[in-house]
Amino acid sequence: MTRTSPTDQEPDEQPVVETAPKRRRLDEDAAGLGRTRASAFVAPALVLIGIFLVFPALWTLYLGVTNWQLTGLAAAEPEFVGLDNYIDALTNDRFLDSVFRTLVFVLGSALIGQMVLGFTIAWLMRTAGKTLRGIVETLVLMGWILPASVIAWLWLVLLDRREGTLNSLLGTGETAWLLEYPMQSIIAFNIFNGTAFAMLLFSSALASIPPSQLETARMSGAGTWATLRDVVFPNIRGHILTVMLLVTLWTFNVFTPFLLTQGGPGQETEIFPVLIYRMALETGQLGRGAAFSLIMIVINLAIALIYLRVLRERRQK
Amino acid sequence: MAEITTHQLVKEFPGGVRAVDGLDLTIADGEFFALLGPSGCGKTTLLRTIAGLEAATKGRLTIGDRDVTELPPGKRDVAMVFQDYALFPHMSVADNISYPLKIQRVPKSSRHATAAETADGLALHGLIDRRPGQLSGGQQQRVALARAVASNPTVFLFDEPLSNLDARLRLEARTFLKRLQRDLGVTTVFVTHDQAEALALADRIAIMKEGRIQQIGSPREVFARPANTFVASFVGSTPMNLHTATVSGEHVKVAGSSVPIPPSARSRVSDGDEVIWGARPEYLRWSTEPVEDSIEGSATIVENLGAAALVTVDAGGTLIQLVVDEDDEPEMGARGWVVPRIDRTLLFDGASGELILDDTPTSP
Repeated sequence: MTRTSPTDQEPDEQPVVETAPKRRRLDEDAAGLGRTRASAFVAPALVLIGIFLVFPALWTLYLGVTNWQLTGLAAAEPEFVGLDNYIDALTNDRFLDSVFRTLVFVLGSALIGQMVLGFTIAWLMRTAGKTLRGIVETLVLMGWILPASVIAWLWLVLLDRREGTLNSLLGTGETAWLLEYPMQSIIAFNIFNGTAFAMLLFSSALASIPPSQLETARMSGAGTWATLRDVVFPNIRGHILTVMLLVTLWTFNVFTPFLLTQGGPGQETEIFPVLIYRMALETGQLGRGAAFSLIMIVINLAIALIYLRVLRERRQK
Repeated sequence: MAEITTHQLVKEFPGGVRAVDGLDLTIADGEFFALLGPSGCGKTTLLRTIAGLEAATKGRLTIGDRDVTELPPGKRDVAMVFQDYALFPHMSVADNISYPLKIQRVPKSSRHATAAETADGLALHGLIDRRPGQLSGGQQQRVALARAVASNPTVFLFDEPLSNLDARLRLEARTFLKRLQRDLGVTTVFVTHDQAEALALADRIAIMKEGRIQQIGSPREVFARPANTFVASFVGSTPMNLHTATVSGEHVKVAGSSVPIPPSARSRVSDGDEVIWGARPEYLRWSTEPVEDSIEGSATIVENLGAAALVTVDAGGTLIQLVVDEDDEPEMGARGWVVPRIDRTLLFDGASGELILDDTPTSP
């Protein structure tokens, strides 16, 4: 099994099988470079990662346990405050409200909005003619490839109170959408932004279903719902989980709604990234902002781990 | 139980490609019917049009006494077995077999009973709880057949049912399929590009090319009396020798030699006619002694076929293939005489490629 001790190992012993690949990875030097030269090749990348990823992360970690501010006394001489920032966060109404708002935002725009809408479009476009499909896909893609600032501006124009497109389309007078329906507005905005991604992934997922399985369902007389339940969803379960993971994480981290509402009115659209931004840069509480960021990273990690575990279990089945 | 009839059936794809071009066809009740042809000949499109997976552009299609041209596939009372079997990987064998019944809202217990019964009939006992991924290719194919059988349709449609099996299994499955169809007596249409499969299985074969039927007949008919040179070269495990020839008296001149006109064409040709002389390699004999009415040449290639050998003979630049018994295998380069069985040779029209046949055809 390994070069060092070829005789004392029995191939059918479980632990040996597990450790063998690890040891081999260390032993093997396929390119024949030696440790020093190999390290020299990797070093530039490691330095860059260190400067731009590891250092800021550690810095955030450090900031999170200080009361550092953007201005004032605490900016000159930050003090170590231990876990105060974290305890603050978890007992602070503004923080907890923001978590709740983020959940609503993710649920509404990512899971229900982007996924359901993206799947529906992908499913309908499957049988649509070439021209129609081209038009729809271009439009949907447009929402995705345009720069966020451009889209935000378009939406501001759309939702404007006095001369907004939506008001003149719906004949709703001078409805101030961003003030009266702020959360609904940013959810709609984010659905517009991200549906293309879900649609593209679902399109390719649908294309991976063997046509003969769909046709077998048709031959059996299955309707749309039965076909989705018995053929489509079981076949693309893995894709659904992947899309879900990606859009959840993205939506959780998305900052662009800030361009529309600046978190307002009041704190009504203060989703998590916006809260951190306002906390750190508008009120200047860098230490707190850093602590909130870390909490956000942990939540992200937790979501990712849950999805990955579910995905792995499915695969094993 | 049902007869399938098409009236002037046309299937045209966007872009103007006519996959099925004005087809009139009647498939008798209980018949095992093969659609045979090279890829792109429209055979699969015809099958899918019968299934309802493709909508006919023009013409009518009836199954039994129902006009099903406009009916969706689920209402035509037909079952189809796909080339890749199309089993649902996440369902057990029982659920797969009883899937059409599930759609028909048959209660679970009764549809599982049907599934078990059908599975037993198709040599799948003990596999009912497995997933398709845990089955061999042959078993998967039988599950697909069982799913078709369990829904008790009036017509079976098989799309290349044997082509995903390895060569040995294919022979077994072929026999199995033929017995199953005999036992059930359900009208069955199957598509294949393998002429041996069509000959072995079918009661009647339709040979198609470019959306049109070239010939319909029993395996014996299409083998012995191919309607034109296309059918002649497509049917038969070794392609028929087809060479231009000129009629001269009671003989045709072919490959520098002279052989008698086949009796079936004698009254239809006259001196000087340009024809195509056709002879299957199986109906040619090799002689090391000079024989009258034979073609002289030298053996250039010998391919071993097991109990026989396929010999390619160079007769003055014309290559003629013949199948000889293993004991008569010539040496490479040996000179000899190719002796045809005259009553098995055929003449085709030099221009149209149609078979030249007496008005009173002798039965093959």
